[in-house]
Amino acid sequence: MSLTPVHIEFIATGALWTVGLSAIAFVGGSILGFALALARISPVPFVRRCAGTYIQIVQGTPLLVTLFLFYFGLAVVGFDSLPAIVAAGLGLVIYSSAFLGEIWRGCLESVPKTQWEAAECLALTRWQRMVRVILPQAMRIATAPTVGFLVQIVKNTSLASVVGFVELAQAGKLVNNTIFEPFTVFIVVAAFYFVICYPLSAWSRSLERKLNAGRR
Amino acid sequence: MTYQFDFSALLPYWPLFLEGVWLTLKLSALATIFGFVVGTLCAVARAEGPRWLKTVVAIYVEMIRNTPLLVQIFLVYFGFASLGLKVTANTAAVAALVVNVGAYTCEIVRAGLESIHKSQLEAAECLGLTRTQTYWHVIVRPAIERVYPALTSQYVLLMLASSITSQISAEELTAVANRIQSDTFRSFETYIVTGVLYIILSFVVRLAFTLFALVIFPRRRKLGTAI
Amino acid sequence: MPAVVSLSNVHKSFGALQVLKGVSFDVAAGEVVAVIGASGSGKSTALRCINALETIDSGEIVVCGHKVHDPELDRRALRRDVGIVFQSYNLFPHLTVAQNIMLAPTCVKDMGKAEARRLAEEVLAKVGLAEKADNYPEQLSGGQQQRVAIARSLAMQPKLMLFDEVTSALDPQLTGEVLRVMEDLARGGMSMILVTHEMAFARKVASKVIFMHQGKVWETGPGAMLANPQTKELTEFLSNDL
Repeated sequence: MSLTPVHIEFIATGALWTVGLSAIAFVGGSILGFALALARISPVPFVRRCAGTYIQIVQGTPLLVTLFLFYFGLAVVGFDSLPAIVAAGLGLVIYSSAFLGEIWRGCLESVPKTQWEAAECLALTRWQRMVRVILPQAMRIATAPTVGFLVQIVKNTSLASVVGFVELAQAGKLVNNTIFEPFTVFIVVAAFYFVICYPLSAWSRSLERKLNAGRR
Repeated sequence: MTYQFDFSALLPYWPLFLEGVWLTLKLSALATIFGFVVGTLCAVARAEGPRWLKTVVAIYVEMIRNTPLLVQIFLVYFGFASLGLKVTANTAAVAALVVNVGAYTCEIVRAGLESIHKSQLEAAECLGLTRTQTYWHVIVRPAIERVYPALTSQYVLLMLASSITSQISAEELTAVANRIQSDTFRSFETYIVTGVLYIILSFVVRLAFTLFALVIFPRRRKLGTAI
Repeated sequence: MPAVVSLSNVHKSFGALQVLKGVSFDVAAGEVVAVIGASGSGKSTALRCINALETIDSGEIVVCGHKVHDPELDRRALRRDVGIVFQSYNLFPHLTVAQNIMLAPTCVKDMGKAEARRLAEEVLAKVGLAEKADNYPEQLSGGQQQRVAIARSLAMQPKLMLFDEVTSALDPQLTGEVLRVMEDLARGGMSMILVTHEMAFARKVASKVIFMHQGKVWETGPGAMLANPQTKELTEFLSNDL
């Protein structure tokens, strides 16, 4: 096997960048996604429709195309010397925000209507109702699917390789270009992804089980 | 911003765009059909098979769910080469997509199979049906009807994910877009058009699945309720 | 004439809990036997053992010539001779009423579709639901669904029909229609065993009543026995019922 420890170390560095990019996508996507979820349950129809349209557009476009749009689009508006991580990061943030927004909207809506009414009858303002009664319950429901989607984010960072960002998949491609053993190299790459994703998947499943056990 | 949008530069390429749409549909349709068969067989194996088979299927599902499609596509593509088989990029693409969506189909169908109550099995057995007859008529058929919405979502996602096969030079819409943008230097416009085409495709594919359901599930057609 | 059903000293435990402690009784051809008793007395278990839905620990059960206690029993052959109707009807929700009834004849007896359809319409007419053939179970009331369940079993032309508390899950006003169908069956000469709480029905229709208590046959006699209980347990059971 011509795959040396140096190569493995290079691939491992790529894995670290994968984790970093995933974190950026998750944090950015969460902030924007949370705003979207609130917008989707807003009493103002226009706000709801705008958020809904955004989500439909982003969810209906392949992530690869979104990344290309950002990659070429940024150059177009004049930012043509930005590193690939910015385009990749922005694309992933937009992508994640749409899916997280939908997941969290579902969780907000699954808090029983009676909770909203009870809070209203206690003369709490809309903001107080949200923060003190609804959100804590929604967050409990949301933990399992959010962790589940985090796995999706990690896997989708592999597409950042297409715009040249050196994360795990791109590291693999580069190593393969030097030693020409694609099967071995990508098995190693897959193993790294597995090691990152499997604990998250297992955690998400156990969260889901605990939630269902707790339900009456 | 000094950029001038020029969509007219793309006009002469609309036949190519349409061809790309058609190729994506063909690729996705093949992957959907074979993926469904593979996934359903795996689900049945996981529910009813011997212990070793259940473990093998479980490992297969976990490996697919925890690795990116891009890496799976490379492995299948180079895997064929290492076996000495010469396949076209599109064949490798379909194979990789089938392996991928088969795992997700397995989990969806398995949930459906497990949702059928034991009492249904008892009733069928007491009428004298064999295990196989019971399985097909009383478990698999209603299970598929029940999980059909989840399957539809999965196959729409598959159609969108087929864009990744452009990375092994499979012929589909994103590959066409890449070629057009390198021809016209109108990258932004090209990918906007491509994005719009995919969004339209999502609607069309979802509509097709909904209509198909009305054809194969007479109960749904007549009653309009979920099973 | 050999009995249609014959239980001899049947014992059955679920783990540490012994549910049947030596049950013996016979059912002759054309007899209608009502099995009554408190919950936990083992009556439903006895019924399920007769149709090989549970395996017994010891004793003998012979049903229509099939040795049910034998581990080599051909269950499908047994189920062709015995029909069972459950408390929760267990109709197949994705099939129409007619398709529910046609499924077994086409699969088990290799009947053609047209013939099976005629058979389905025949048995549906017998239970008074001929016009519901193309409806789905969810469109029917509980009583109608239970009647369809009875028709579904009848379509296989069994020699023996078992009824496991078939009216217990129904609204009171819907039990009448089901009991009428069962009474018609009885008058037609079908051998029947019914586990039931409907005392009035048992007294009127059953040719033999078996009272089970704590896993044993406690008292047995004709329907009139219910007006004249011999044991204090049966007296107590009947008074709780009022």
